[in-house]
Amino acid sequence: MASKNIVGAVLVAGGGVAGMQAALDLANAGYYVYMVEKSLAIGGRMAQLDKTFPTNDCSMCIISPKLVEVGRHINVELLTLTDILSIEGEEGDFTVTVRKNPRYIDMSKCIACGECTKKCPKKLNNEYNESLDTRKAIYVQYAQAVPLKYGIDAKECLFITKGKCGTCKKLCPADAINYEDKAEEVTFHVGSVVLAPGFTPFKPTEFDTLRYTDVKDVITALEFERYLGATGPTMGHVIRPSDHKDPKKLAFLQCVGSREVNRASNGYCSSVCCMYAIKEALIAKEHSGGALDVSIFYMDIRTFGKDFEKYYEKAKAAGIKFVRSRIHSIQPESGGGVKLNYVTDGGASTVELFDVAVLSHGLVITPETKELAKKLSLATDCYNFAQTSTFAPVALSRPGFYACGAFTGPKDIPSSVMEASAAAAAATSKLTPARGSLTKVVKVPTPVDVSGDPPRVGVFICHCGINIASVVDVAKVVEFAKTLPFVEYASNTMFACSQDSQEKLVALIKEYGLNRIVVSACSPRTHEPLFQETLAAAGLNKYLYEMANIRNHDSWVHAGHPEEATRKAMDMTEMAVAKAVLLSPLKENVIDVDPTALVIGGGVAGLNAALTLSSQGFKSVIVEKDSKVGGNANRIHSTTKGESVADYLSDLKTKVQNDPNIELVLSSQVDKVDGYVGNFTTTLTTGQAVKHGVTIIATGAKEHKPTEYLYGENRRVVTQLELDELLKADDQNVAKAETFVFVQCVGSREPERLYCSKVCCAHTAHVAVELKKNKPQARIFVLYRDIRTYAQKEDLYKQARDLGVIFIRYDLDSKPQFSEDNKKLTVKVKDPVSGHHLIIQPDYAVLAAAIVSGRENELAMKYKVPLDEDGWFFEAHQKLRPVDFATDGMFMAGLAHYPKPMDEVVAQAQAAAARAVTVLTQPKMTVGGIVAEINQARCSGCGVCKAVCPYSAIDLDDKGKAVVNEAMCKGCGNCASSCRSDAPSLRGFTNAGLFAQIATAL
Amino acid sequence: MSEFEPKVVAFFCNWCTYGAADLAGVSRLDYPPNFRVVRLPCTGRLNPKFIMEAFKRGADGVWVSGCHPGDCHYIAGNYHARRKFVLLHSLLETIGVEPNRLRFSWISSAEANKFQAMARDVIESVRACGPNLTFRKANLQLDLAEVA
Repeated sequence: MASKNIVGAVLVAGGGVAGMQAALDLANAGYYVYMVEKSLAIGGRMAQLDKTFPTNDCSMCIISPKLVEVGRHINVELLTLTDILSIEGEEGDFTVTVRKNPRYIDMSKCIACGECTKKCPKKLNNEYNESLDTRKAIYVQYAQAVPLKYGIDAKECLFITKGKCGTCKKLCPADAINYEDKAEEVTFHVGSVVLAPGFTPFKPTEFDTLRYTDVKDVITALEFERYLGATGPTMGHVIRPSDHKDPKKLAFLQCVGSREVNRASNGYCSSVCCMYAIKEALIAKEHSGGALDVSIFYMDIRTFGKDFEKYYEKAKAAGIKFVRSRIHSIQPESGGGVKLNYVTDGGASTVELFDVAVLSHGLVITPETKELAKKLSLATDCYNFAQTSTFAPVALSRPGFYACGAFTGPKDIPSSVMEASAAAAAATSKLTPARGSLTKVVKVPTPVDVSGDPPRVGVFICHCGINIASVVDVAKVVEFAKTLPFVEYASNTMFACSQDSQEKLVALIKEYGLNRIVVSACSPRTHEPLFQETLAAAGLNKYLYEMANIRNHDSWVHAGHPEEATRKAMDMTEMAVAKAVLLSPLKENVIDVDPTALVIGGGVAGLNAALTLSSQGFKSVIVEKDSKVGGNANRIHSTTKGESVADYLSDLKTKVQNDPNIELVLSSQVDKVDGYVGNFTTTLTTGQAVKHGVTIIATGAKEHKPTEYLYGENRRVVTQLELDELLKADDQNVAKAETFVFVQCVGSREPERLYCSKVCCAHTAHVAVELKKNKPQARIFVLYRDIRTYAQKEDLYKQARDLGVIFIRYDLDSKPQFSEDNKKLTVKVKDPVSGHHLIIQPDYAVLAAAIVSGRENELAMKYKVPLDEDGWFFEAHQKLRPVDFATDGMFMAGLAHYPKPMDEVVAQAQAAAARAVTVLTQPKMTVGGIVAEINQARCSGCGVCKAVCPYSAIDLDDKGKAVVNEAMCKGCGNCASSCRSDAPSLRGFTNAGLFAQIATAL
Repeated sequence: MSEFEPKVVAFFCNWCTYGAADLAGVSRLDYPPNFRVVRLPCTGRLNPKFIMEAFKRGADGVWVSGCHPGDCHYIAGNYHARRKFVLLHSLLETIGVEPNRLRFSWISSAEANKFQAMARDVIESVRACGPNLTFRKANLQLDLAEVA
């Protein structure tokens, strides 16, 4: 029973990817969610993107399942077209008042057929396509929108403004249009608030020298993204806007409206533009068959995230030119295109013509968000980003208010998703007594018993926009599918995964009495659960489903062979149908979940994960191999925001030691692992056996030991962490020192370690500023390749320069040279501006040594989770599942995943805890229906199956016949392939089904 | 005369090689469209009878691919598969199938480039073997015997 003053509901403001993730984690952890979105539909900026870096995943493909999940989640109440009016009260019980603006469409009646738009006389800028094409006054935000319901733009509708027209009402077959719709004020109670209002792209209109407003061939990067998109104004065809011809030469201008304090007052770096420019450049080049000439004009390339540096190198190898130069002005050419005047590194003034100039505009906070923050009395910085601390990165200045995504600073999708999960954990840390008090339970219709019925197969062939349909002749595949045995219904669909297609699928299952479903679309690895859920909603057992992967395994890889690809799609569909016909309904089992977490690693990540779990009421055991906790943070002096790390750590240690929910096991490691999600047993090297439901890996990373720059030979040469230790100890030699040289990228961004260590530039800038503040006459030189002080950390870089710190760039082929003479250290570096060699004789040379992974191969093998080639733990999905492993019940946090600064470590730890809570909060969970069974009539009791079972799931019963423990079986099928008599069978992958696939493959 | 286009049946485990094929798609790495994939939870599910069935039905080649040793999602399924595979491979010749028609590889879900290279290599080496007529002739004789 919930306490009277604590409400088990949370307000999530903003329906972009961050808001959606927060909403799902909250709802899956037992809280009721009110999701307020000001526009017609959720999806936010990510829905506008064509692809996402660095995997080039199709943005709509990966966000679509999430849109659908939010849209159909029984504990997420979607309030679209809604503004927040007031939030009164305090953490635990806020009263929220919102205004639901009129949509003028009855959502319960609208079938999203689009008839209403046909005769609407208005042509208005289509915001989804960045105004590159038009929409009507009655419209749907985008084709895959959730909720998929039309709405009327009241400011433009002729009937609403002038009482004329009214055509759409006449055309609507569902009588859904209501011109009398009125705004409505609604009040509800929540325990806490998560703000995810996102950003708006910087509008370069005020930069008259860039000619965005008057020259057609100057466009923004988001406009370019829409040109690339299959659902964009040119269906994915890149054009030169002035004459719609294919462009031959493209220029990207970085830092438009970012790192700019003269015209835009946006001193910060927008964090994502370097990567999206590279992405757009690569994809445009790919679209053009490689012929397109692309140059990216930049100040520093900031590819600091996981796999970003490799992406940058890939772009260079693909022939994309990177020119270090900030362009001050653009001139139009008379026949179309633009002229760029720029100065190269060598100082030469150059003039070059381009067909299109793409402005890589930054991310800014909207005026509405600024207003909201003011109304709610939330502290913001000079750029209107919400103020947070390093140690509580998602908590806002007012108790009960939390944030995620771009509101706390410009960031990419995975960082936003991480923060969203973190915010879900932080926002419920005080609401635990009310968990589950307001949530509803999903009622899945009891599956219709179809066993014994003749198969009636429904086949759906997906266009995936143009992803499949541009290569595969979908109509032909549909016609072919109709001829296959037992197929009752076959059709094509634009996006099989979208909400409307799911609803249509349910309707068709009922209408045609379908009892097997085949979807020919993308990978079952990503989309099978979504379709299975739809089957369940339609009253079909979810295992009566089969997928043919005609996108990833066909259209995407055989683009040059459309005929072959179409034949392959037909074969793949036939194989799927053949298997589907032989599928039978499977039942699922319920198992207990041990509500305890094992946290491996007692650094900042591990400690925070355990404390977050404790605040949610869950116990954890932390196992730390060292004799003390704190990890690398023990060596760090202060954060880039100037907070003392030692004070923080001692506070953290005290909290952990006094927390009855946390057991700390020092000087120990994982020895042996048994079990699976909900029921792990891990034996530690101390001999202690820990029973736990989930595992969080937070094993950290190490500082690279440099093998250059006289490290280890000259005592004046130290690493960044060693300097921090000296600073922490108030070392007198450091205090006396007059000259410092900082060398960046020592061991990072080298061929053998092709990644950026992410934290060094900002930390160096911070330390340089502190040294300068203490001793203004100190001479400080920073030798760097690209300065990567992303987001608001750019201010530190500017502050350092303002204080007189000298930044000198070097290249990989002209590294600084270190020599010593009579213990006197000399550093020689070529200044690229003057061309001269500089000789510096520093008191200290500080090396920004790379962060290297622990290469935890053994641990990875014990838990059966993967590492990437640099030794970082490999997440389930780089964009949307940044703290999950593909294996259920396994999560990661901190540097074990990739180098990151402390605020991001804390956020990821909170996120891992939030994701873990979604498992731990279920007292019982359902496990796979794909398990083995034994036909005892065939069993001779030889025991081969028992011997080959990796999970000890098979035993011989008292009659000497094999039996399967369904809770322990993981469905590998080793038993089924090893038995001489075919007694074991793997449900879902039976011999009959697989033989049918082989027969139809040929 | 058009060149002989081999037909290959591929058995991939869901966690590694099927994932690599997905990633090859995401990365738009093109390879020959000659094979059809049967998705298995694990190569450990692969019964040697499946391979024989494919050859019997006229497949020119069979490609089995799973996780790297030590990476198996089910601990050791790929080792069990390897044992069966080695034994079957050594028996192929005696039943009239050139050993080159059957390939085994380890490809992790992150190795899209390796997947592409292997796909090309498998198709080329099967192409070099020419059409698999062994069982087609046998099937024909069988049919004739039934008619007679």
